[in-house]
Amino acid sequence: MSRKKELISNIGLRLDGRRAGELRRIRCKLGVFSEPDGSAYIEQGLTKVLAAVYGPHQVRGGRSKAQHDSAIVNCQFSMAVFSTGERKRRPRGDRKSTEMSIHLHQALVAAIKVELYPWTQIDVYVEVLHADGGIYPACVNAATLALIDAGIPLKEYVCACTASLANDDIPMIDISHQEEVMGGPTLTVAALPMSKKVVLLEMSQRFHVDHLPKVLKTALQGCVDIKNILDVTVSNNVKEIGSSTRWGNMT
Amino acid sequence: MFTTKSFIKKNKIGNFLKNVREHYIRDDIVCGFSSCYSCQNIQNNQNIGCSKDNFSSNHVNRCKLVEGNHYLILDTNVVLNQMDVLEDNLFGNVIILHTVLNEVKHRSLPIFKRLMSIIDNPSRHFYVFTNDHHKDTFIHQEDQELINDYNDRCIRKACTWYHRHLPKEKFVFLTEDNESKRIALEENIMTFSMSEYVHNLSDKHLVEDKLAKVSSSFPFTGKDIYQAHMSLVELLEGIRGGKLYQGTFKASRENFLEGYINVDGFDDPIIVQGREGLNRAVDGDIVAVALFEKEHWTSPTEIILEDEGVVEENIDELVEKEKEIKKAIKKKGDIKPTGKVVGVIRRKWRQYCGILEGGIEGVYQLFVPSNRSIPKIRIETRQAEFLKTQKLIVTIDSWPQNSRYPHGHFVRALGVIGHQDTENEVVLLEHDVPHSQFSEEVLRCLPKLPWVITEEDESRRVDLRHITICSVDPPGCTDIDDALHCRIIDDNKLEVGVHIADVSHFIRPGTAIDLEAASRATTVYLVNKRIDMVPELLSSNLCSLRGGEERFAFSCIWEMDYEANILSTKFHKSIIKSKSAMTYEEAQLIIDDKTKNDDIAFGLRGLNKLAKILKTRRLEKGALVLASPEVKIHMDSETMEPLEVEVKKLFETNSMVEEFMLLANISVAEKILQDFPDCAMLRRHPTPPSTNFDPLVKAGKHLGFDIQIDSGKKLAVSLDQAVSDSNPYLNTMLRILATRCMLQAVYFPSGTLQKSDFFHYGLAVPLYTHFTSPIRRYADIIVHRLLAVSCGADSTYPDLLDKHKSSDLCQNLNYRNRMAQYAGRASVAFNTHLFFKGKIQDEEGYVLFVKKNALQILLPKYGLECTLYLSKKGDESLFVYDEEEQTQKAGNVVFHAFDQVTVRVSLDSKNIQHEKFVLQLVYPYIEGFSVKPLIESEGADKSNMEQQTMDYQDKCNEQVSTMKKNKRKTQSNNEKRKQKKKV
Repeated sequence: MSRKKELISNIGLRLDGRRAGELRRIRCKLGVFSEPDGSAYIEQGLTKVLAAVYGPHQVRGGRSKAQHDSAIVNCQFSMAVFSTGERKRRPRGDRKSTEMSIHLHQALVAAIKVELYPWTQIDVYVEVLHADGGIYPACVNAATLALIDAGIPLKEYVCACTASLANDDIPMIDISHQEEVMGGPTLTVAALPMSKKVVLLEMSQRFHVDHLPKVLKTALQGCVDIKNILDVTVSNNVKEIGSSTRWGNMT
Repeated sequence: MFTTKSFIKKNKIGNFLKNVREHYIRDDIVCGFSSCYSCQNIQNNQNIGCSKDNFSSNHVNRCKLVEGNHYLILDTNVVLNQMDVLEDNLFGNVIILHTVLNEVKHRSLPIFKRLMSIIDNPSRHFYVFTNDHHKDTFIHQEDQELINDYNDRCIRKACTWYHRHLPKEKFVFLTEDNESKRIALEENIMTFSMSEYVHNLSDKHLVEDKLAKVSSSFPFTGKDIYQAHMSLVELLEGIRGGKLYQGTFKASRENFLEGYINVDGFDDPIIVQGREGLNRAVDGDIVAVALFEKEHWTSPTEIILEDEGVVEENIDELVEKEKEIKKAIKKKGDIKPTGKVVGVIRRKWRQYCGILEGGIEGVYQLFVPSNRSIPKIRIETRQAEFLKTQKLIVTIDSWPQNSRYPHGHFVRALGVIGHQDTENEVVLLEHDVPHSQFSEEVLRCLPKLPWVITEEDESRRVDLRHITICSVDPPGCTDIDDALHCRIIDDNKLEVGVHIADVSHFIRPGTAIDLEAASRATTVYLVNKRIDMVPELLSSNLCSLRGGEERFAFSCIWEMDYEANILSTKFHKSIIKSKSAMTYEEAQLIIDDKTKNDDIAFGLRGLNKLAKILKTRRLEKGALVLASPEVKIHMDSETMEPLEVEVKKLFETNSMVEEFMLLANISVAEKILQDFPDCAMLRRHPTPPSTNFDPLVKAGKHLGFDIQIDSGKKLAVSLDQAVSDSNPYLNTMLRILATRCMLQAVYFPSGTLQKSDFFHYGLAVPLYTHFTSPIRRYADIIVHRLLAVSCGADSTYPDLLDKHKSSDLCQNLNYRNRMAQYAGRASVAFNTHLFFKGKIQDEEGYVLFVKKNALQILLPKYGLECTLYLSKKGDESLFVYDEEEQTQKAGNVVFHAFDQVTVRVSLDSKNIQHEKFVLQLVYPYIEGFSVKPLIESEGADKSNMEQQTMDYQDKCNEQVSTMKKNKRKTQSNNEKRKQKKKV
């Protein structure tokens, strides 16, 4: 009835000029820091995230936390004060970042072969430099890259993506901040795209059950697309690093 | 997959937030021409599907300025100002740039909606070209460049691009802005202004009239008549500084040179008078007003002044009238704040309905709106002679300083003045009732005939065909949406069923027919016309529970004991076969006829007994019995002339049906609220604020009755006690007054309010909804769907469970219902006028209110409320007004409220736009004021009267043929609606 919340014009373009099934531009880089064991930087549209990985190393703090059959994955999420339109101090450990950390943990543990490193700890730090929608997916993707950079064995890439509905009908992928605010519920999916396993699923509001399957399908497709992009970056990175030892030319 | 160039757009809002947005630039946007190969390739590569033809070779724009066919590119200002022209079918093959679309959306939402509806109409061939995401037409906004200049540049860039992209085709750029036109011409773009283009159209017929007038296009240039308005910045500064006040301008209906401005924080509205004071404000505008010093304050004039100006810019007559106002003021004492309008903050101009002023020659005509608070409007037309016979719609474009009247343009003609069809059209338009024919798309959703019940249907529904079910409705009713049954199932148990037409089976969510019904919201009943919510095939056939035919129903079945206590309730979809469709009168006869003892008679008697118990119980709880003077108009089947106006009759069976409908609605409301606490569609009737009851309490006090208003229950009791032996109609009058104190009942989704607010005041029930009339109300369809989900007969769909969507829907339903009600009343009023045309009658009436200079009289027979003026202008009044006691006294005759009087009613048709009733007192007789009863003075009037009636009949005969068809039907439906309105 109302045209108020029209997120896709009748020509099929979204507010920023993308089509419904198109991701934002992704640019990423591995090994941006020298101090940590692995690091990565990713830009998904205007959302910018830095990730650093330390470990596996000896368990710090209470020894009691250490586990005999797997490594502990310790995730810490934080946002820079300048990351949103309004400048705001964001203390570490507030409710939102704790929740984010737990979610990150869940996605990463699913991909890391933790059983290879008993009695150890892996630290993953992510920092959002600029938030423009889809913070969580960007963090997951950055963390994956950083883990790869650190040389930690993974089962496969773990990728995340958001999806929502435009005009209550058309599923659209990779939601920007503007669309998040104007539109309806957002579905966030973290998945292992090669084995097609979903490791985390979150809805910002309720979806009607009629809509959910198609939105989920779109989001999973997004994860696969993202994986392909990350894959290219990783293989380029390997070629570059390995060029001195002629690794890159082995294939 | 695609090329991206991202860039940053910054904008600052209030608190200096920095918003950064991406903007993708694409190479896969097509020009929209199917003949263009390069664009076709892009489209094929993208697999966007087969290109539909955006432009038609059949439609050819013909204009003398351009050779051959061409395509139009519009500037934003053309769309904003000349929407009426664009809506004409002459325009096709138009390219709307995305820049323009955005700008229009930003500037005016109504215009944007109209534009979108043109674009959505495939036969108009309007194509949207997304120039701002196209790699060749996108340009950066320069530093310091104003957004308007930037947009103009974008538009010109797109024009040039089209020109280069398709050199064989011709593109014409239309703009209203001279500067933009100049630059465009320099860039070799073929550019015209809208008026140039339209005046040179080969086939312009009436389009020229619809051109909005830019001030310079009128040949009258004289000295300024009005003071200049302040600029918006000055106004806002003035308001902030407290020197000016902002308010809504209300023009006086009696005096065209006077108006009021309601300002927050002032007890009295600010008065503005005269040309200088009003300064081109039009009723409804939000204006800024400057207050005068206290010694210049005046009082309302209370004189009636009519605008008699003609089309020339002669203001002598205006000056004369201003003097008159000054004179009138001096006499009066009590002064009110006075000021003058110094500027308009926002115009609230809309389309106005009215007629042309007669006796003016030439292309410049004066338009007289039906609404007396709107000034006359000057329009330019080449079809004045034709338009003089028509009711038309006109809109205001501008009101320059040097023009006495606002300039406007003709939008469309509605039909011949005074014609029933035209008046219906006016009523429907003024109340915003969607009344066009159902579109092809909607009709395609209808089931194919012959419609049969399949085995699958049978397996899903409970078969109730063997039960004796019958329906009771007003005579001639074709949309029967409820049927009842009652039978004994046990020694002390009865089974009672209410069966409602299963409309939601035919109207599936999201289909065209569903959207149409949701936007119409309700069936509108005019006196001689019915505007259906759903197409007739459904409303009068497949959904209508006609006698002897198998129909789908949604049943609500109770088990009750003989004391009407509900033992259990169940809901299910069913197939029924009504044994008989009766009228209220027939059903009453069967109940009363002791010799009849068949199933139907038994069922009816059982229902009737239970209904009586239910009613007493309901009234005990404090349900109100209200009254409103509702009438039925009998129409002559040949002439469509109102034959007789009559107050509707009520039988016991009316109340029987009503009780069970109430019960069904309440049961359903409980059920759906339980299953959908967040989005159940309910109906509430808010408790009116106690100040609303002031007139009622006051009237009661003068008559010696104490009307308690603390609760619905107390009100009901005190109304019951207020009975006078000498005046049997008094109680009804009080109830009529009580009805007017009430607020409107409204639909709402349960998630939006606290549970305590769900209360229905009039019915005194905590929960209520509408379930029983899905054929004529959309709310019932929603309730049906919810209930169907509750009882597992159907599945949900997203919008049904969305609280915000439901809330939006409710707002539309409430709005449409209110408008439908007003439209119905307006139609009755018009027909009552028709009825009295050329008649003079003595009628019984009652005094409703006693005013300072008049008595408000209610004529129950016609449901009319008229004013009996007690003094003529200028004459000394014979009456003495007692404000304390609310009486008027003349000699030994005293008028109290609710006194019975006899008055002579006639219709004053001097002013064709504003016919009004004139009352003269007959009884009680007061020397020098009253007139003799009609029987004595009849001889003199008779010949004159006959002549008038004859004229009128001739006129009516012309208009019969078109309307004969659905007349009987609508008449009876009208009646039905009224009886159910209480439910």
